[in-house]
Amino acid sequence: MKQRGLFFALLVLSAALIAVGCAQGQPAAVLSKAITVCLECIGIG
Amino acid sequence: MDKKKRLGVQAVAALLQNADFRGFFTGRVSQIPTKAVCVPGLNCYSCPSAVGACPIGALQNALSSYSFKFPYYVLGLLLFFGALLGRAVCGFLCPFGLLQDLLHKIPFFKKIKTFRADKYLRFVKYAVLVLLVIVLPIFVKLTPVFCKYLCPSGTLAGLLLAFSDTRLFALFGSRFMWKACILGCVVLASVLLYRPFCKYLCPLGALYALFNRVALVQMATDPAACVGCGKCAAACDMCVDPSKTPNSAECIRCGKCMTVCPTQAIRYTTPLHRRKQTEDAPPAEE
Repeated sequence: MKQRGLFFALLVLSAALIAVGCAQGQPAAVLSKAITVCLECIGIG
Repeated sequence: MDKKKRLGVQAVAALLQNADFRGFFTGRVSQIPTKAVCVPGLNCYSCPSAVGACPIGALQNALSSYSFKFPYYVLGLLLFFGALLGRAVCGFLCPFGLLQDLLHKIPFFKKIKTFRADKYLRFVKYAVLVLLVIVLPIFVKLTPVFCKYLCPSGTLAGLLLAFSDTRLFALFGSRFMWKACILGCVVLASVLLYRPFCKYLCPLGALYALFNRVALVQMATDPAACVGCGKCAAACDMCVDPSKTPNSAECIRCGKCMTVCPTQAIRYTTPLHRRKQTEDAPPAEE
């Protein structure tokens, strides 16, 4: 019962965090980084 | 779960996360808008075919930017994947996990199941998560520390990118050599040991491990059916004893224990659908 409550609480929290992030335009920031070559990741930068 | 079925799920998941093959011909990373969404597994967004963002890379970039904003979006997605699947992500959806699984299939005269320092080294991944992914990127601006110094998935992406655009080879210097050494060590270790990167170094695995006891995907052992034969513990490549701790932080939900159990005492379950005899109960005495 406790685990079930915790699971739903985590789902609600994750949905809230995603909603706040979207409202702040954070997906656009993720996209702008993801569509360029990450030089640090590949070991150049 | 049947080994071949899981391998099929892993292959489909890896393909779906790397579905834009144009990059292999153009030598550029994919520009498609789905990259605004993080994928659940470790899959570098600099891989030419990646169609999603790496959650660990995206988290570090958010934390290390000059205009610091709390990374609600990336944390929300990580929490969502964790709450739904826990470390089932490692067992079924992570492309780097699939690579290690395939490498471990390479025959070698002696495979290592475990060794003395194993249980201590398991804690290193939590230190990697806290230090390299969270703390250092906050203080060292514009530096995704884990990606820059450790991540072998990024090195592999760099190699794939360089084979697509050979001019990149000229830019590889000492840092690339360092990262290539790490990738080489992980590759060699994966032949000998089962999933060494997942066990000891992966910050994403460390994060999802925290959710294993509350996630939707769980395992349970029926203490009435368990005969305590120990076959499940002997079969587990992650060195978990499912008869005692079916929801151990190390369990990647591969289901190998279920296939070897002679009494079918181990099963997948969820916190929403519980039977009377449930997880983490001690096995019945013979």
